[in-house]
Amino acid sequence: MRVLIPSALHAYTGRPWVEAAGGTVGEILDDLERQFPGIRFRMIDEQGNIRRHIRLFYRREMVFDLATPLADDEELMIVQALSGG
Amino acid sequence: MSEQATRQGQLVLLVATRKGAWLYHGDAERRSWRVDGPHFLGHIINHLVLDPRDGRTLLAAAKTGHLGPTIFRSTDLGQTWQEAAKPPAFGPARNGLAARSVDHTFWLTPGHPEEAGVWYAGTSPQGLFRSEDGGDSWAPFSCINDDPQYREWFGTVQDGTPDGPKLHSIIVDPRDPKHLYFAMSGGGVHESGDGGESFAPLVDGMAVVEGFDPANVAFHDPHCLRLCPSNPDRLYQQNHCGIYRLDRPADRWQRIGRNMPAESGDIGFPMVVHPRDDRTAWVFPMDGSDVWPRTSPGGSPAVYVTHDAGDSWQRQDHGLPPGQTWWTVKRQAMGADRESQIGLYFGTTSGDLWFSTDEGGHWEALARHLPEIYAVEVGYPR
Repeated sequence: MRVLIPSALHAYTGRPWVEAAGGTVGEILDDLERQFPGIRFRMIDEQGNIRRHIRLFYRREMVFDLATPLADDEELMIVQALSGG
Repeated sequence: MSEQATRQGQLVLLVATRKGAWLYHGDAERRSWRVDGPHFLGHIINHLVLDPRDGRTLLAAAKTGHLGPTIFRSTDLGQTWQEAAKPPAFGPARNGLAARSVDHTFWLTPGHPEEAGVWYAGTSPQGLFRSEDGGDSWAPFSCINDDPQYREWFGTVQDGTPDGPKLHSIIVDPRDPKHLYFAMSGGGVHESGDGGESFAPLVDGMAVVEGFDPANVAFHDPHCLRLCPSNPDRLYQQNHCGIYRLDRPADRWQRIGRNMPAESGDIGFPMVVHPRDDRTAWVFPMDGSDVWPRTSPGGSPAVYVTHDAGDSWQRQDHGLPPGQTWWTVKRQAMGADRESQIGLYFGTTSGDLWFSTDEGGHWEALARHLPEIYAVEVGYPR
């Protein structure tokens, strides 16, 4: 499926849209890590929590559970919630 | 680290800031400086350290406002960088304690010269990590991260500095790689004699905030701990509650800050020791009164030096702004070189980099208008 990568992570992917395979959000993130080593830990902490300023959207809804199933013909959008100075 | 012979040579200042890192390469006379940066523009860099064992490897503790923490490595003095394959990260929940996640790596210390590739890292929330491959992969180190007693001493994010308590000042005894010290911004000074298998508090004699019990290790707030390279049995410490010296094997800290002038007090963040004279050390006092402004006392910044192990202190402010100046210097933002006449360097919260080539006698600005400076280290590239 197509995945939108926020600009803060373009240093890993080199582009805003990438393809990743998986049936859940967690599997998509694992595939991103396989393709772009290091990228997952910048978004998901070591306890499996989505980091404070990272937001995941699927079908226009925010996703909080990495076990959320995904359809391959849809898009996962990862965005950074800007805050601070 | 073992003290190397006095050397004249080119050095590099490693400046870590809230918005990136800069390297300032000095000439042999320390008169002209070549700037290399920014590196990681926009990243929060808490510490940037050159490995003295090879003079080429740099580690940078990084995060951004939006992304998780990581470590960047360079083996060519910053020409190219690679991200650590496995940055510091806590393990799963153990011992019935809550699982924790690293917010940022705050401190980096190269290991003993006999232990090539070993590095230590301190994090926030407070944790201790070790790498054995030059900083590429990291693992939780020793028992303390998941020890119930240490967890109590670590406190929570509410017990520390605005962005969380920090494990810092990791020190390896140059005579013995198994003899380690570290300090915590909330939680005292600790020592291991068995390579980190176990640690024990070293807080006797240290004051705590009035009304609190000094017997409770959690209430001790060391800001900066230094070991004298010329005498590894001597430690100096700048604490939230004073300046201290400890001469091992004694285990009771002496409050040498009581000899500081009353107008400056003995509160501050950084402390620097002379590489060849264990009686000489420098501090940078700040205002720790009422609401803790954390600014230069009276708006007049100054370094204070002792040449007699803390029995007396002298003000060193020649060249520094005379008044209405409200920056200060953070705990890892002051350092010394190893030249025959010691050079001193500090970075300010307002983003200015100052230096002295006569052991603090005269100060000049080396760079201005950088982001808030978090750390200044001195390295000798090879």
